[in-house]
Amino acid sequence: MELRRDVFQAIADPTRRAIISLVAVHAMTPTAIAGNFDSSRQTVSKHIQILTECQILKQKQNGREIYYHLNPQKIKEIADFIEPFRKLWDDRFNKLEEIMKNYPTKNKE
Amino acid sequence: MEPKTKVHAEDNKQEIVITREFDLPLELLFKAYEDPKIVAQWMGTNVLKLENKKHGSWQFETTDEQGTVVFRANGTIHDFNVNKNITRTFEMENSPFTTQLEFLEFEKLTDETSKLTMHIIFKSVAYRDQLLKMPFAQGINMAHNRLQEIVNKLK
Repeated sequence: MELRRDVFQAIADPTRRAIISLVAVHAMTPTAIAGNFDSSRQTVSKHIQILTECQILKQKQNGREIYYHLNPQKIKEIADFIEPFRKLWDDRFNKLEEIMKNYPTKNKE
Repeated sequence: MEPKTKVHAEDNKQEIVITREFDLPLELLFKAYEDPKIVAQWMGTNVLKLENKKHGSWQFETTDEQGTVVFRANGTIHDFNVNKNITRTFEMENSPFTTQLEFLEFEKLTDETSKLTMHIIFKSVAYRDQLLKMPFAQGINMAHNRLQEIVNKLK
């Protein structure tokens, strides 16, 4: 059993990010994916394997061929990863703005 | 509509940039960072110390309803120029995170609007990513605390 991989580690690699953007357009066979890279088929396979392990890619059997497509749920998880942090600061800043909007009026009294 | 607060975190970089435009004159925005009472209000923490000067230091502490300390942070102020910029360090006590360096820049946009740019530098890419992921857990805690407060008021 492979070690459970961190999805954020998976997307830290430029080749893996390139694979994601390729497969995002349409489902692809491993051969078709490898055709887009100068690296060896083996190297590309390894990247596909990692992306599959962290569920960014999903396999679908179509006749004899295996097609890889994106797992939208996992992609959403990645896209949302900065969002809670942004929201945290947004809430603080909204509060700051609200407090300070009342500040001059309080002083005038 | 574009979000007012933006977080820019490039891959494989040990820094983040947070920007925010405020419907506030520059002086008021800066005051919210200068006055310990106001800082306490919008940060939702007690300000134990805030020495706004070069070589000054600051300390924040948040306690829960029972008075238990849930968060404590401190740092040193390296630069403090009114209505311009603040350079400071930030260290969360009793946490796996190390000190981070923060450059805060305050800009006037119009008479009634201003902009804050917060440039934070971390020890490593891994620390940065870990911190970015932290509000997941924090957010859950906060929601829980708020819920608890409401429930307590109902009693």
